[in-house]
Parts: sequence; C-alpha cells; structure tokens
Amino acid sequence: MYQYDAIDKDFLADRSAEFRGQVARRLAGELSEDQFKPLRLMNGLYLQLHAYMLRIAIPYGSLNPTQMRKLAEISRTYDKGYGHFTTRTNLQFHWIKLKDAPDILDALASVDMHAIQTSGNCIRNVTADPYAGATAEELDDPRVWAEAIRQWSTVHPEFSWLPRKFKIAVTASVKDRTAARVHDIGLAIRRGRDGALGFEVMVGGGLGRTPYVGSTIREFLPAKRLVSYLEAILRVYNRLGRRDNSNKARIKILVATLGAEEFARQVEAEWEKAGDASDLPDTELARIRAAFAPTRFETLTARSEAFEAAKATSPALARFARNNLKPHKQPGYGIVEVSLKAIGATPGDANAEQMEVVADLAERYGQGDIRVTHEQNLVLPHVKLDDVAAVHAALAAAELATPNMGLVSDIIACPGLDYCALANARAIPIAQHIAERFADPDRAEAVGELKIKISGCINACGHHHIGHIGILGVDKKGEEFYQLTLGGSGAEDAAVGQMLGPALPANRVAEAVDQLVEVYLRERQGEERFLDTFRRTGVSPFKEAVYADAH
Amino acid sequence: MPTRIRLQDGGFSLVEDPFTAVADDLQVPPGDVIISLTRFQAEGERLLSEGRAVGVRLESDEGAEALAYDLPRIAVVALAFPKYRDGRAYTSARLLRERYGFKGEVRAVGDVLREQAGFMLRCGFDAFEPADGSSPEDWERATQRFRHVYQRGTDARAPAFEERGQ
Repeated sequence: MYQYDAIDKDFLADRSAEFRGQVARRLAGELSEDQFKPLRLMNGLYLQLHAYMLRIAIPYGSLNPTQMRKLAEISRTYDKGYGHFTTRTNLQFHWIKLKDAPDILDALASVDMHAIQTSGNCIRNVTADPYAGATAEELDDPRVWAEAIRQWSTVHPEFSWLPRKFKIAVTASVKDRTAARVHDIGLAIRRGRDGALGFEVMVGGGLGRTPYVGSTIREFLPAKRLVSYLEAILRVYNRLGRRDNSNKARIKILVATLGAEEFARQVEAEWEKAGDASDLPDTELARIRAAFAPTRFETLTARSEAFEAAKATSPALARFARNNLKPHKQPGYGIVEVSLKAIGATPGDANAEQMEVVADLAERYGQGDIRVTHEQNLVLPHVKLDDVAAVHAALAAAELATPNMGLVSDIIACPGLDYCALANARAIPIAQHIAERFADPDRAEAVGELKIKISGCINACGHHHIGHIGILGVDKKGEEFYQLTLGGSGAEDAAVGQMLGPALPANRVAEAVDQLVEVYLRERQGEERFLDTFRRTGVSPFKEAVYADAH
Repeated sequence: MPTRIRLQDGGFSLVEDPFTAVADDLQVPPGDVIISLTRFQAEGERLLSEGRAVGVRLESDEGAEALAYDLPRIAVVALAFPKYRDGRAYTSARLLRERYGFKGEVRAVGDVLREQAGFMLRCGFDAFEPADGSSPEDWERATQRFRHVYQRGTDARAPAFEERGQ
C-alpha cells in the first residue's frame, strides 16, 4: 500500500491547522455561516438534520488496520460508536460537534487520513476497483493511477471552484466494480496494440436528477499523459459548465448539450495547446507504483485441503464461500467480502467493535489490507484459503459474515430522511424490510445476482438509477412514496433503469420487490440474471404483477 | 487614492491604485483606467493613443483569448469574481500567464476573499481587491499555509513530485 512520505504528512498537518483556524473564526463570529459553509464543505463537514456530519475520505477505498482502528476510536470518542460507509467509499460520522471537528482532523492526520475535498464543488475522492492488486482480471493496478489523481487533485489551484462536484473512477478489469460509466470521468485501463498502457476515457456519466451513462471521448490515452488530459477536460468544464443552475451544472449536462464529439474536440484542442507540462515524471509514477507492488505472497497450491474439509462439515462456511469468496490471482489465496448488510441492519453501517474485528483480521490474515466497496461492503483482498474458515468464524461472531454479496439483501441505500436534510423519504427502513423478506438464504441464492439500490431523494446518493431494481423516495403531499425502476446497471453493461409505474406507498415496496422476483423466477431462461431476463422480456410482465390489483 | 494589495518580490503590501475602474455607462475620466472588454474593443485604440495606461476587466464568462493580440499594450487585466465560488477566473489567469505570456498586472476583483489567496497566487494573480477587509498580512499568512504543493502552477513553487526527485 502507498505510504505517506514527509510531504504528504506535512500537507495534512497544514490543512488541519488551516481548518482549526477557520473553525475558531466561525466560533468567534468572525465568519458568518454563509462564509464558513464552503470552507467546512471543503473539509467534508455538512450540517444535517440533527448534527454536523463529517465525511472522511478513504482514497480509492483503501485502508490499513491502524487507520481502521483510528476510525473506531473516533466513532467512540466523538460520535455514537459507529460510522457509515458510503457509495463513494468514504466513511461518514453523523453526530459530530463543530468544536470537535479540528481535533478529529488531527486524529485522522495522525494516521495519514483526512476529509479533504469530500464535499464542495471540487474533485472528490477517487474510486478504484476494490479488488485491485488481488484480481487476476486486471491489466494494471488501478490504485497507482488513483493515487496519482489523489495527489494531483488535492487543493488544485485551478480546479477547486468548479461549477459542481466532480468524481473520477479508475478500473482495470473487464468486470467493472467502480461504476466508471456513471462517473464524471471514468478511466478504464487498456493495452494499446503495441502493448503500451493507456486509458479509455469516458466523460459525462452521472446519476442525480438527470442520469446519463458516460460517453467515450478517447479510446486510448497513453498512460503517462493522464494528468495533462484530465487538466484539459477540467479546463473545458471549468470554463463552459453552467453556473446559473446547480441542477444543470454537472459535466454530464455540458457533454450532453455540446454532444460528446464536440466536447471531445474541445478537450483535444485544449490538450494539444497545453502540452505535457503537468504530466507526472516517470520517476514519480515509478515511485507510486513501487508502493503497490505485490508482497509477501506464499507459494501455495490452488486447492486448500483444510478449507475443503472445513466447508464439507460447515454448510454456513460453504455458503459464505459460494457468495463472499472471490478468486485471487495468487494460487491458494482468496478475496473475502465482508458484508455490511446483515439482515435488518442499516446498509453500510459498522460499529466500532466491527471495525476493530476487521482491522484485527486484516492484520492477522490479510496482509494489513482493507478495502471499501462502492456497494458499501468491506473487502479483505488477500486471505489464504487455509485461513478462510478462521476469518469466517470471526466475521460471523461480529455479524459481518452475511453470505449475501450481490444477492437481493446486499442493498445499497443512502442515509435518507433518517439523517439527511435533502431527503424526501427514508431509505434505510425500506432496505431493512426487503432484506427481512428475503432473509431465507436458500431463496436469496436461488434468486442469484440482484442489485437493489435505494435513494431517499433525486440526488441519487443510493444510485437507484443503476439498480437492477432501483427505488427512489418521493414526497407526495407529505407522505413517503417510492418510485421503482428496473434494468439499471452500474457495471460494464451500464444502463439507466426504466420506470415501472406509479410510485408505491412505503408498506408496498418490499411486497412489490417480492412480486418482481417471482416474475423473474417464472420467466428466466437458463442462467439468466434478473437483469438479463428483464432486458429480454421488457417491463410488461413485471408491471402486470406489481399493479395487478390496480386493474 | 484607493489601494489594492500587490504581490511584489514575493511579498504582499498595500499600494496605491492609480487606475480608475470605469463602468460602461460612465464617461472615461482622464488618467489610467480599467474598462470593460466591450468598451476596450470599441475605444481601446483611442484611449491608448492618448498615452495613458489602460486595463481591461474580463467578466467570468469572457475568455482570455479575447485579449490575446492586445496583451502587450494592456497594463492590467482585472478578472472578475461575481461570487467567490465562481472559479472561471483561475483558468483565465493561468491562460494569461502560461499561454499568452502576459507580464502585466493580473488583478482579482469582485467577491475576493482571503480564503482564495493560495489558489490565486498559484494561478498567476498578483493584485487583489479583497472584499472581506483582509490585510496584506492576512494574504501573506493565507498563502503560506501549505509547505508543499502537488501540482505545477504558474508560480515558481516546486510540486511534490519535483521535491521528491531532488
């Protein structure tokens, strides 16, 4: 993993000191809330319904055990003993006091963490494949490029006051676990015909009020020109993005208005003029790359007899292995998914004890490496198959071993009206109802991959547009209703979901999901996933089932 | 005489401002003036021929390209911040310095707060009309908050990747 050097550490200390001064000026009344707002937002501090919320950056979703333990400690000291992992692979504390914020930032800086640019109209935390460095599918380690982008985007002199927030994802596998096509910029690592490393550059994806799947504006960008090309995109956006209406200010609107071809032409023209002055030298890229070099793998056989024997005697372990254990590039190793979606729990929440369990397991069995996924789970990317039984037992004891990765109860949900000032409706209870309805693990496995995503408002933090089943909370005359969409995807087959029909009252949602699943089980052919069946049959049979009573 | 904060030889100080900013609906007074781009395009030749110093104010939706061929004759480009959140002027400042080689004064006007000082300095601004009552000392402090920077800017600071290479 990347280790902060003296420069990176100085930077965090300076930032923390700066914010301490700003908070002091605010508390002394020298800054109005209006003047203070953008400053606190640049440090991830939101004012929510009940308290301040602090959003802590987890760059490209990568954590070490020391950092995870510090998050646990902060949650105990300054919050209510838990935190919420988000779809941007950040961690949110929802019960923060303004006067504590500078101390929290100092505590974070002590373990090389921060809340820089987790909010505000700037370049946000970069997303990368949570299986980076572990999956055999990848062409290169996307963390190398994500770290380069982290540094380049940190307090950028020109691009810190953009028309709107800006999100970048980097993926290097055919299977996209970053939702790259619905980011402002999605970067997919490719090999050129001559074998050279580069990126397919996708721009203008996004969710929110007007969802778009991004357009490819360059099929192959030589890897070492990444930063200058990003600067060209950002410069065109900074100049031309709308600033008169925040709902139309994201780059997706600019790309849609100009057309992807014209946008690409302007980027290319700017890029040509700007030259390569901002590109990172090879020595710096090599320095970053070395930090992610694979280490400490043992030479093992692909099959672990101990693991096979344990599975044979424990159906629970076997089920966990079927759903939460993914193939590793190294023989004898596996990628372990840690579920933050226990049935009936709040998706993405982890309490301090759970954070410490994961930290301990990562240290003891997982090369000190922890990842956060945009689907709000955790990953131990390097676990020996020999150790999976022990890891499973420890996770199960902490209620972190729900065997539901990618299944119906692995639901994404935003904090919703339980916490958020923007929300129209609650998201968490809906997720809980659905998960409880599908609590039978045999049934969930029989249904197979089914991604349900819930947002409490049109801002779409719960990514409902790209759910196989998407659920959007709306307010109808003071009552919570839910609009269902079908057929969305944030993966390599990205698509925006299609509306099912009129919004449903809260008590109908879980039942409707059940009805949709029954239609799928009835209609599916061969190995089709829910998404495949929907794409083949279209919306009609699903609509008929859910609205049968209305006829 | 009015004043502005000026960056000279690496230090900030309050200096007198010989320029009068003239709105489009007012007559141009004698002496050095800062006028809009529209007015410059209409009256710039004449005003310059009178031997006075002329500055041009660019609104945030006006690109620096519009001045590309005139820059050697212009003393000041004033870049407007209608709101401090409007970041277009940072790009304009960089283009003026890096692409068009402008050597004159690049001045931040409008909703200009000390919190922007670090960003402005790195994009090539060297004169400031703060709207928050901040002093040259405030600006000095604000620009010295970070011991390191991660990107190449128009200032002389070495980015982290160069510091590391040394």
